[in-house]
Order: sequence, then structure tokens, then C-alpha cells
Amino acid sequence: MPPHPIDAQALTVFLIVSLAIAAIGFFSAKWKRGNLGVLDEWGLAGRQFGTLITWFLIGGDFYTAYTIIAVPALVFGVGALGFFALPYTIIVYPFVFATMPRLWAVSQRHGYVTPADFVKGRYGSRTLATVVAFTGIMAILPYIALQLVGMQSILDQVGLSENTPLLHNLPITIAFLILAFFTYSSGLRAPAMIAVAKDLLIYIVVIACIIILPIELGGFAHIFHIASSTWSSSGGAASMILKPKDFTAYSSLALGSALAAFMYPHTITSVLASKSGQVIRRNAALLPAYTLLLGLIALLGIMGVAAGLHPASTSQVVPELLSRYFPSWFAGLSFAAIVIAALVPAAIMSIAAANLYTRNFYREFLRPNATPAQESSAAKNASIFVQIGALIFVFLASHTFIINLQLLGGIWILQTLPAIVFGLWKRCFHHHSLLLGWGVGIVVGTSMAAVLRLHSSVYTVHMHGFTLSLYAGIWSLAANLLVTAGSSYGFDRWGKARRQDATVDEDYLMLEKQPIERTG
Amino acid sequence: MLKADEKLPAKRLGWRWLLFLPYIGLLFPSFYARETPTLFSFPFFYWYQFLWVPLTALLVGLVYWRNR
Repeated sequence: MPPHPIDAQALTVFLIVSLAIAAIGFFSAKWKRGNLGVLDEWGLAGRQFGTLITWFLIGGDFYTAYTIIAVPALVFGVGALGFFALPYTIIVYPFVFATMPRLWAVSQRHGYVTPADFVKGRYGSRTLATVVAFTGIMAILPYIALQLVGMQSILDQVGLSENTPLLHNLPITIAFLILAFFTYSSGLRAPAMIAVAKDLLIYIVVIACIIILPIELGGFAHIFHIASSTWSSSGGAASMILKPKDFTAYSSLALGSALAAFMYPHTITSVLASKSGQVIRRNAALLPAYTLLLGLIALLGIMGVAAGLHPASTSQVVPELLSRYFPSWFAGLSFAAIVIAALVPAAIMSIAAANLYTRNFYREFLRPNATPAQESSAAKNASIFVQIGALIFVFLASHTFIINLQLLGGIWILQTLPAIVFGLWKRCFHHHSLLLGWGVGIVVGTSMAAVLRLHSSVYTVHMHGFTLSLYAGIWSLAANLLVTAGSSYGFDRWGKARRQDATVDEDYLMLEKQPIERTG
Repeated sequence: MLKADEKLPAKRLGWRWLLFLPYIGLLFPSFYARETPTLFSFPFFYWYQFLWVPLTALLVGLVYWRNR
């Protein structure tokens, strides 16, 4: 990559703001103080966050730095099709409203920390729980690495990355050491507190962009006009209005992503950290404010086209717009906001992965009688391990590979939906059939992605002159559900006994905290 | 002790059907993949989807309020 000249002013603002916000992470252990030697306190911050903190936490967790870079990059590259991020982040909230308060209630009642804990209690199957936990970890690791990729594209722009490999990797290593340290010492309290500062900064940056860039670029009418003619004259696949052949791809990408979003362990971690079901319901109505922000961020991709940018990689669209049209102190501020926006979800993701490891592997297989203190220290160490793993991954693997793997992760995590979501209402499915369905879904999804060579996640099925293009996650989820439902009838019929259910109907309905019932 | 709405009368539960509206409004792009009518020089495709953001927030808020 071409070395960028170091802009001293941007760099100074960038460093001061980043360090100030990182400092918050270290002090947050003292906030709403609890015994951090207990997993519930370290990994879920004591399940005590109210409406406002939960809003910042889920906002910071769900709308990541990578989103800020990748959504405009996608719109810049493919036009209207990339805009599916907007319907996706709208239709996710009715789903959250309906499902997540139930997951919160049963988890609080039984002391579940991870979605796999719930699956184990509900279906009594250790194999199924292990499979859910393993899928979660596999889906989340490339996601953490992806946050680093987003961070790296900012560091390149500030000129902090030099061409020699050692200096190139130094800033990102330092950022990650800071992350590892405050996650270890403060647990989920750290990203929750940093999220507040980070989100306020991001709001300022995006609002400034949406006011100043159209003025600089001659107004929205002009922006849409230039973008439209640039795309249609290029003769490529990109267009300003969605083409009919992309309709099914667009809606299945939106639906599949929406269903996957709250199956990820890190979003579930944020949900479980709230203090009541009502907090989650209120947030389902309040979180669309971030969606508005995301839509505006997506428009930056169109503005990039109108500005005639020719970045080496599309992930440089936002950083280039910021450096080109804003004073350097403001660009420095924006870059700091984006780097912090990578640290928050990266921290929550590594905490979620650590919770999964501790609950569903360490306590399940290695040390069944672990004390709360042992559990908490296993989780703390696991978080460090996960973060080092992600860092090494970023050094060794290409960015394209990480992006592709994250894409696969989305398909994989969707396969845990039948076990998690349906179980929140009824045990309609046999645990053996959920395992079978999961396996079929993983195989179908992964092979579709492999056939597409991971260049795209939209798979076209041709049958008797009939063609249908859908997101591979939706194809594989459909296969999964079909097999699960079909075989469930069979397993019950052949007399394969179902296991003990540790939960009762009442457990799912409580909107406020209940006395904890320890099982398993 | 506060419980979720399974214990509420069916009349109140009926409000939940509103939660399906965003899916109907957004999962059929053939309705809205068009350039006109424009609003504040935004093509229909863009402003229509933006409109669903506050609309969904209102619908979810309404269901929350009716099921409290």
C-alpha cells in the first residue's frame, strides 16, 4: 500500500482521544462494583444494565467499526444491493422484541450465561449444547479478526502504519494489548462504559458527514445524479436502484442477516446483561435510532462515487472521504471514533467466546465441579487467549480470507437458530433431529459458499427452468428446518426418548428478576 | 410479580400482529425498487426504506405500550 504522509494534527487528536477513551476501560471495573471473581459479574456485569446502558451496549456491539467501513464500501462497489443493511437492521427488532425477553427470562432464572447453557437445560443434551457452543466460537473468531481489519484500514489512513512489517503491525498490536488488558481486568463493564463515549463520538462524526459532504458535493440531487450516471456508464453490476434480478437476493440477505444477528454469542451476551425483560423490549423500540445512523453511513458509499474516489481498496472509501473533506483535527477525531468502535465489539466478542469456553467446555468437560472463582479466572484467561488468536490470525491471513470466513460464520451461526429460538416456546423438536438438522445446514451452507468460492453469498438454484437466487444462509436454514422437523417426527415415533427438560413454561414469561434456580 | 403477556387478555395480544408489518413492507423490493416519486431529491428506493426506520420504532413502541 502507498505510504500516507503523517498529518501531525490529525495524529495528535487521534492519539489523545483514543487514549482518553481507553483509560475509561481501566476504571470501569469500579463502576456498579461487583465481585469480578464470579462469571456472572465478569462476563455479564451482574445482569444489571438499565435501558440506557443496554442501548449503548447493544448499539456498540451490533453496529461495529467494520460496519462503518464495510457498508459504505459495499454500496460504493455494488450500489443498491449493498443497501440491504438497512432493511436488515430494521426487521431485526420485531424479532428481538419477540424472542430475546424470553431468552433473558429463562437464562436469568437458571443462571445461564451462554445460549448453549440454555440449549443444554432445555433439551438435556450435552452434545447439542457443545455443538451450539462450538458453532458460536467458530463464528465469532473471524468476527473479532474483522474488527482488527477495520482498525487497520484507519491506522493506514492516519499514516500510523509503515511499510516495514514490524512497524506496520506495531500500532494494531498496541491497540490490542490495551483491549486485552481492560477486558481481563473489568470484564463486560469495560466495553459498556466505553460504548457510551464511542457512540456519542460516532453520532457527531456521522451527523457532520451528512451535513457537510452534501454541501461540498453540490447537494443530494447532484450526488444521486452523478452516482447513477457513473454506475450506468460503467456497465458493471452496480446500479442506483435495485435491479429485478437482485430482488430475491436483497430480501433474503436482509432476512437471513436479521435472523443471524441475535444468534451470535456477543449480541446475546449484551442482551443477557440487561436487568429485565422490559429493558430489552424498550430497546427493541429504541435501537432503530442506530439503524438511521447506519442508513446515513451507507449513503457515504454513494457520496464516495459522486466524489469520484478511486481508492486502492473499497474499505478506504470512508477514511478517504474524511481526510479529503474535513479539517485534519476532525479527521483525527473520526478515526479515533472508528478505532474505538472496533475495540468495543472486539471486547464483547472475546468475553462472549470466553463465556462459551468456560461454561460449555471447561466446566462441562474439564472441571465439572469448578468453583465460581475458578470459572471466572478460566474465562479471563480464555479472553486473552482468544484475543491473541485473533491478532495472530490478522497477521497471517489475508484480509479477503478473514472477510470470507466471517461470511461463512454468518451461515454457520444461523444453523443454531432452530435449537435456540424454537426452544423458547415449545420443545417441538427432538434433540437428535436438531443435531441432524444442524449438520445438514452446515454442510449445505458451507458447500454453497465453497461452490461460490466465497466471492458471494448468494446462491442460485436452477430447477426445471426455474431459477431462484437466495442468500446461502437462508437456503441452508431451510434445509436445516426441513430435516429437523421431518426427523423429529421419526425419532419420537421410533421411541427415542426425549431427555429431561430443566425449565418450565413459567420461566420464560418473567419480565423481572426471579430467585435463581441452579440446575446442572 | 410482573409476567409477560401470555397472561394478558387476547385482545391485547392482538397488537402483536403489528410486528409483522415491517417484514411485509421491506421484504418485497418489487414494491419499492423505483426512482420516483423522489422526496428531498432522494429516489423512492432510498427514502421509502428510511421511512420504515421510525415506523418500525413506533410499531414496536406501540406493541410494548399496549402489552405493558
